[in-house]
Amino acid sequence: MSLELIDVVVGPLAGAPLFGALSLRVEPGEVATLMGPSGIGKSTLLDAIGGHLAHGFKVSGRVELSGRDVLTQPAEARRIGVLFQDAMLFPHLSVGDNLAFGLAQSVRGAARSAAVEEALDQAGLAGFATRDPATLSGGQRARAALMRALLAKPEALLLDEPFSRLDAELRAEIRGFVFEHLRVRKIPGLLVTHDTSDAEAAAGAVVQL
Amino acid sequence: MKVEGRALRVGVALLVMGGLVLPIIAGMAQTGRAAFGVLPAIGATEPSLEPWRQLFSLPGFGTSLRLTLVTGIGSTLLALALASGFCALMHGRMSHASMGRLLAPFLAVPHAALAIGLAFLLAPSGWIARMISPWATGWDRPPDLATVHDGWGLALIVGLLIKEVPFLLLVIGSALGQLPVRQHLAAGRALGYGRGVVWIKVIMPQVYPLIRLPIFIVLAFALSVVDMAIILGPSNPPTLAVAIIRWFSAPDTTLILPASAAAFLQALLVAGAIVAWIGAERGAKRIGLWWLRRGGRGHRSEPGLWATSSVVSVLMLLGVMALAALVVWSFAWRWSYPQALPQSWSLKGWMTPGSGWGRALEATLIIGVSTTAMSLLLAIAWLEGEDRGRRGRAAWAQALIYLPLLVPQVGFLLGLNVLFLQIGISGGMVAVIWAQMLFVFPYVMIALSDPWRALDPHHIRAAAALGASPWRRLVAVKLPMLIRPLATAAAIGFAVSVAQYLPTLFMGAGRIATLTTEAVTLASGSDRRVVGVYAVLQAALPFLAYGAALALPALVYRNRRGLLGVGHEP
Repeated sequence: MSLELIDVVVGPLAGAPLFGALSLRVEPGEVATLMGPSGIGKSTLLDAIGGHLAHGFKVSGRVELSGRDVLTQPAEARRIGVLFQDAMLFPHLSVGDNLAFGLAQSVRGAARSAAVEEALDQAGLAGFATRDPATLSGGQRARAALMRALLAKPEALLLDEPFSRLDAELRAEIRGFVFEHLRVRKIPGLLVTHDTSDAEAAAGAVVQL
Repeated sequence: MKVEGRALRVGVALLVMGGLVLPIIAGMAQTGRAAFGVLPAIGATEPSLEPWRQLFSLPGFGTSLRLTLVTGIGSTLLALALASGFCALMHGRMSHASMGRLLAPFLAVPHAALAIGLAFLLAPSGWIARMISPWATGWDRPPDLATVHDGWGLALIVGLLIKEVPFLLLVIGSALGQLPVRQHLAAGRALGYGRGVVWIKVIMPQVYPLIRLPIFIVLAFALSVVDMAIILGPSNPPTLAVAIIRWFSAPDTTLILPASAAAFLQALLVAGAIVAWIGAERGAKRIGLWWLRRGGRGHRSEPGLWATSSVVSVLMLLGVMALAALVVWSFAWRWSYPQALPQSWSLKGWMTPGSGWGRALEATLIIGVSTTAMSLLLAIAWLEGEDRGRRGRAAWAQALIYLPLLVPQVGFLLGLNVLFLQIGISGGMVAVIWAQMLFVFPYVMIALSDPWRALDPHHIRAAAALGASPWRRLVAVKLPMLIRPLATAAAIGFAVSVAQYLPTLFMGAGRIATLTTEAVTLASGSDRRVVGVYAVLQAALPFLAYGAALALPALVYRNRRGLLGVGHEP
């Protein structure tokens, strides 16, 4: 699994593109970093790759996952996970149900709860399945959000400044946790950040927009 | 990709256009045709100005017109002044939540029930007269005073104010929430301006643009209100809207054409009043700027604020007493004048649902539940269509939602009734439900739109990234997260349906009796104990709906802090 951007251009339907044509290849387990001033269109680029582009914007070029062009597919078919600044756990579901939300339907019955339990265990959240997500700490939420994304078996993960709300100590810990999981599972990651320490920790290609 | 949700949007657009906008335009056109002498159903085929000549020569026409303008424009101006003064005094002294709790009963109670209660209260034989007689007044029988149905329409204005001031307080309150009021107030007072003057010179000019549309809705409503005007307004001649209903349902069919001309005139009146209001805004702006630039500090504005606030308090007290009067009378048995309370109580009125209120209640519930359910579905489909197209709402679409609230009901219902007769659904449940949808849907849509858009789109993107289809995103993420606003919108829709008078009366052709139509019909001259039962039921239904809207989400999500407004994700 590799994520490849070929001559990707994003911009308003009528108007100049936000940045020049972008080409980039992220190998399995690597994390590439996009940096640049606010408003340049980093998050819009992630929206385009993930399939969440707002009306009035267009994307051209190709985005390939292991050779499959995803730009023609709807967001839910792309198998591209995403982590935001906030964990975005669904407030009406328990922590366990949040994690199970992304599990394939083919995982049934006891296998479902076993998969959720295992993921919670890996995130240091064993026994949290029935908890209300609103009662979790910031770090716990961030780890639960990563596990939810990973249980959906994504072929790439977009990271939209996911560490920017965490304090310095927690930031390093969560960052290490996320990158380690991507490396072990051989999932390519694309990180948007303002923080050079994030880019250094990611240790992959750095693209300045 | 490009056509995501297009079928849904086209479907919703067709439904809204065909089901809601077209009937209004067609009804208005039909009324217009009849106003100029063309109504084949009664054999009138020649276009002419004769209906207008007849209308102008009808007895009482001029007085009706004057009454409509005075009560409509007067009550709106007063309501705006009172609500602004009350906000200026209470802002910062009362939390948003407690203000909401204070206003809720006044917003929920249907106009007709409130009006009946007010009549029970204010009439010469009413509760207030009984409380102060004979020791203060010397009356041992009801005096011959016109305290309701008075020739100036004062009772009607009081009734309208009790409903409109709370509504304007609500919209001003939510507009103030978007402004840095505290800072502006501090800055103004630091420059030596009195509290009330800062309010008028600094805060209100910023609030006004945000509450303009609700003011127009109030104005349009006050000019064309029917149920409240029948119960409280002058009776001979009545306001124009009531006169139209009388002429239209008179046995003499030659009055139908002038009635249509009057209905057309009613629409022109509303349009003219809004245009005049906009003109007055410009004038007020000029005078206001001149006044502001003189730099007067106006330290003595405080008494004015206290005066307006006292009036608002008296209005609210009257509203609460009116509702109490309904309950007291519905349980009264022997209550001779001038006793302050009934000498004996009875459940007789309540024990006989078969006498009529049972069936009226049933019809009210059927109509209310079906219009609310359909309006909610249509609103969800509309908003989901916008989401899938990832676009906001065009200005024209927004205008369409407000259309039924700005066009006077009587203007197009008259013509629409003719059309419904032609397609053969007049007088049936379907016609009533359809006609009520015209008014229920806009309120449901307005109530649901803001919370729907306030939902963090990242939640939806997260769900899509986890592989959830648009349908699953709607059912498993959006709707459960929106259960509180959905319940509130449903309660508002139900309350609007319960309160509908004219659509039920016209489209039901007198064959469909709801609590509202029965209460209004019985209000004139029937036994107060019977009327009391109908009015209490009519007022109770919206209260129950709002109660359920509060209780349901709290019950479902008792273990989910993020949805109870207690704690939330940072």
